[in-house]
Formats: sequence, structure tokens, C-alpha cells
Amino acid sequence: MTILYLLIPISLVMSVVALIVFLWSLRNGQYEDLAGAAERVLLDPPGPPVRPMHPERVEPRKSDT
Amino acid sequence: MIQNLTGNERRIALSILGLITLVGFAMAAGGRGDPMGVHGFIVIIFAGSLFFMVGNKLYSPAPSNARFASYYDDPTKVGIIISLIWAVIGMAMGVWVASLLAWPDLRFDAAWSGFGRLRPLHTSGVIFGFGGNALIATSFHVMQRTGRARLPDQISPWFVLLGFNLFCIVAASGYLMGVTQSKEYAEPEWYADIWLVVVWVVYFVLYLRTLARRNEPHIYVANWYYMAFILVMAVLHIVNNLAVPASWGSAKSYSAFSGVQDAMTQWWYGHNAVAFFLTAGFLGMLYYFLPKRAERPIYSYRLSILSFWGITFFYIWVGSHHLHYTALPTWVQILGMTFSVMLLVPSWASAGNALMTLNGAWHKVRDDATLRFMMVAAVFYGLSTFEGSFMAVRAVNSLSHYTDWTVGHVHAGAMGWVALITFGSIYALVPVLWRRETMYSWQLVEVHFWLALSGTVIYVFAMWNSGITQGLMWRTYNEVGTLKFSFVDSLVAMHPYYIARAFGGFLFLIGAVLAFYNVWMTIRRVPYEAPNLDYPTSSEALEPAVPAAE
Repeated sequence: MTILYLLIPISLVMSVVALIVFLWSLRNGQYEDLAGAAERVLLDPPGPPVRPMHPERVEPRKSDT
Repeated sequence: MIQNLTGNERRIALSILGLITLVGFAMAAGGRGDPMGVHGFIVIIFAGSLFFMVGNKLYSPAPSNARFASYYDDPTKVGIIISLIWAVIGMAMGVWVASLLAWPDLRFDAAWSGFGRLRPLHTSGVIFGFGGNALIATSFHVMQRTGRARLPDQISPWFVLLGFNLFCIVAASGYLMGVTQSKEYAEPEWYADIWLVVVWVVYFVLYLRTLARRNEPHIYVANWYYMAFILVMAVLHIVNNLAVPASWGSAKSYSAFSGVQDAMTQWWYGHNAVAFFLTAGFLGMLYYFLPKRAERPIYSYRLSILSFWGITFFYIWVGSHHLHYTALPTWVQILGMTFSVMLLVPSWASAGNALMTLNGAWHKVRDDATLRFMMVAAVFYGLSTFEGSFMAVRAVNSLSHYTDWTVGHVHAGAMGWVALITFGSIYALVPVLWRRETMYSWQLVEVHFWLALSGTVIYVFAMWNSGITQGLMWRTYNEVGTLKFSFVDSLVAMHPYYIARAFGGFLFLIGAVLAFYNVWMTIRRVPYEAPNLDYPTSSEALEPAVPAAE
């Protein structure tokens, strides 16, 4: 079963990659507000779209002040 | 569609298409007298016609900057339509091969219509053509909406979608010519495999680039499922398709592994393809479209995250349960069985989570066939993952292996779970994408639902009966200790079930045709409705990511 010398290391490497990504997501604060994350996907984005999309011409929004 | 590309993007598209056409010429010249040459011409026609379509519009006026204020949905729209076309083709092939088993004369004595050539056309057509395109299209939608960001450019989504379909066309036409490496769900030969790797890398990079632009700090759980699907499929695909071509001018290669080593690699790929293609990807769909349609947040978001990481860490070793009682070492079989049983936990967590989300919205499930598609999909997901764990137990497997029970199990998952969640998502997505108030006909959605459900139930019950009958007949001994039934006896006993199976599949196919018609008429007939708050947050403007806590 020499194939296992290939498949097991590949599986382990994939698990380690998954572990690293999981730790990143923890450190990144991905799981800080789970209830909010579940709700926000249902909400519409705040405010209508800003057009035209020239940053220099866009006025600051009232809510930002 | 092409008018929405900038001048620069049109030039990039032209050079990519030109390059692919050249590769097609090389394949046609190098593979003279071989199926590879035919594939060369298919590549030339595919890329060449796109080349002229883009070239025709090369000097059309450039799109306005207003495009940045909306999501880039063109590839999603095209992907949904292509997906439905593949659904009709793939399911029609399924009905045909099912009928071939009941009435073998239906092949009309042609070489291309043998069971061995049509069956991969059915499996690849529904898994990759229908499922794959639906996954790609919905992932483009979900990654933009959940990140509230537009796709980073307008070329790579097209490259992914059309490149993937070029792979599907080369694969499907190859099967009819007898091109196969005889690995289940990995039949396409080496050049198609290499091309898929290129497409898949672009897909993953595109996903990361879109996430990097997100205006929402949290990465919604559906994205994790989609990304696991893309990344793991890439690794599996590369390892399982390691092969040496017989020559550069032929569609024939030899696997890098042999015997039981090859079988182990194949099922390590095969079952993880079920895991990450047919489960993780579609769970991404479920976790986005079900809450959206029910207008309720996921019952336990924490549980959805836990089941994601559970699937990620548990799934990778279940493949060896396909090789129980073979030359595979017993400990590897036991390992596969153990992981398969463990998998029940994250699987049922997702199924239960989906159903609990609907708790309190059952009146919507009653009234809205689209939501009912998703609900029944979650039920079938729970059923087939339980059945899968159960069948992976060696004692059960000794009865079920090599029988139609396996076929029934696969179709409970493929029709009941994968196809129903896809149709539900498509019905939820089409009015949003094309800015329509509703689908053209909710009655047709309702009819489709009942056709799909009854087709699935008839199919699965027929195969349960046939599979268990088969398994029992094969192990029944008479008084003198020899087998009581010949193989032909068991075949005769299967005949009524095979007819029932073809009928169930036929009902399912009619449903898919109705879905295509309904979507088409929605685009053509239902009046435009002004978009309502379906826009990306503009990152260039003064709208930073909304902090989660506020």
C-alpha cells in the first residue's frame, strides 16, 4: 500500500492548511458576533448606491459625521 | 454582455481566446486520426466563435463608470441558463440509460450509444454540467452579496464559467467517442484534466480577490463552504488524474498508479468529490438561499460554522468505504468506516439547522414551492447522509455493495438533495438577477416540485427494493450449500424495478424541462421591476465596512 505514503501526507497537509485557516478566522474576529452575522446577510446594504463613482466628487454621508 | 467589458478587457479576452484557438489547432494537427483531433476542432469552434463575437464588438463604446455601482451579474445569468440546459441533457441521458437497463435494445446497435458511453454522459452532465455550473453561478452571486462588493474584474468570471463549460463539452463529446480513463467521475483524459486545473486555479484566485474587496468584515458561512469546494476539488483532481499520456497526439493515458493503489486513489478522489463537490458546495447554496427565501436568519449560526469545520476535518478519509472486502488492507477499510460514521454529526447538524431555521416559517413552506424545494432538500440531505454512514459499516456493506441499493443511495443524494436545493436556489435567484417581481408561473414551480419529489421517491424506493432483493438473492444458499439463484435469476427479478426507476427519472426530467421553460419565460415575459437595494457598498466612497458590534 505504497499509495498511502502519498495520500496520508496530502490529507495531513490539507488538514494543517484547514487548521491554519481556522486559527486565522479565530484571530481575525470572524466569530465575535455570530448572531449579527446571521442577521446581516438578510439586511439590505445601508443607504442607496452612490453614483457616479468618482471618489473625489462624493459628499460625505450625513450619518458619518 | 460584451459591451459591458472595457476596451482593455476586450483585448485581454481576445488574446486569451486567440491562444486557446491556437491550442485547438495544435490539438487538431497533433491528434490527426485520433479523438484528440476531433477535440481540437471542438476547441477551435468554441474559442473561435467567442473570438469573433468579442472581436465584432471590439470598438463598441466603453461602458460607463456607473457599472461599479452594481454587482456584476452577467456571468451568473449565463451560468444559470447553461446549468438548466445541462440539466435537461444530463437528465435525459439518465432516463435513457435507465431505460437501457430495462430494455437493452434501446441502444440501436450504435457504438456511441452503449451503456458504458452514455452513462458517464449522464453522470458528468448532471454533476458537472448542471451542478457545477449552478455552483459557479451561485457562488458569483453569493460572494458579491455577502461581501457587498463587486467582482474584482470582468474577465476572470467569464474565463471560469466558459472555461469550465469547454471542459464539460470536451468531456461529454469524448465519452461518445470512447475517450475515458475509466475512473468514475474522473473519466476525461489528460488534456481536459490539465485545462480544468487552469480554470480551477483562476476560480479560487477570483474568490479570494472578491473576498479581499469585501465591505463586510465577516465572511459569511456560505463562502467557507464554496471555498472548501473549490480548493479541495483542485487537490483531489490533480492527485487522481496523475497520468502519463501515451503520446502527445493521443487521447490515451496511463494512470500513475496501478491495481489497488489506483483504486484507493480513485475512491479517495471519488468520495471526496461527493463530499466537497456535491455536499460542501451545495451547503453553501443552502446556507445563503434558505435564510434569504425564508427571511429568517440561520437557526444556529454557531452550529453552521461548527459543521463546516467538522466536514472539513472528517470527510477526507471516508473514500476507502467504497473498497470494503477488497485487496485494501483491513485497517484502511475500518478507518474509512469510522470516519464515515463520524460524519453523521456535522451532516445532521447542517440538516437540522436548516429545518430549525424554517421553524416558525412553516406557513411559508406551505405556500411557497421554492422554499419547499429547499426544505425537502434538507430532509433528503439528512436521510442520505444517515444512509451513507450506515452503508459504510462493513457488515451492512457486505449486503449493499455492488447492488442497486448504492445507486438508490446516490440518487437520494443527487436528486433529493443536490438537484432540489439547486432548483430551489434557481427559483429564488432568477427574479433577483433579472430584476423581475416573481417567476413567470408559480403554478409551474408547484408542478415541478411535485414531479421532482414523486420522481425521486419512486426512483429511490425502486432501487431500495431492487438492491436489497439483489443482495439477498446473491447470498442465498440451498440445502447442498451452493448458490440458490443464478445471476440471471436476479436480473429477471430486477426488471419491474428498473421500469419503475426509468419512470421516476422521467418525472424528474419533465420537472427540469418545466424549470427551463419557466426561467426562460420569466426573462422574456415578466415585466422589469426597478432594483431595490441590491447594490454593493462602494468601497471607493466613504462607506467603510460597518463594524459588526455597532
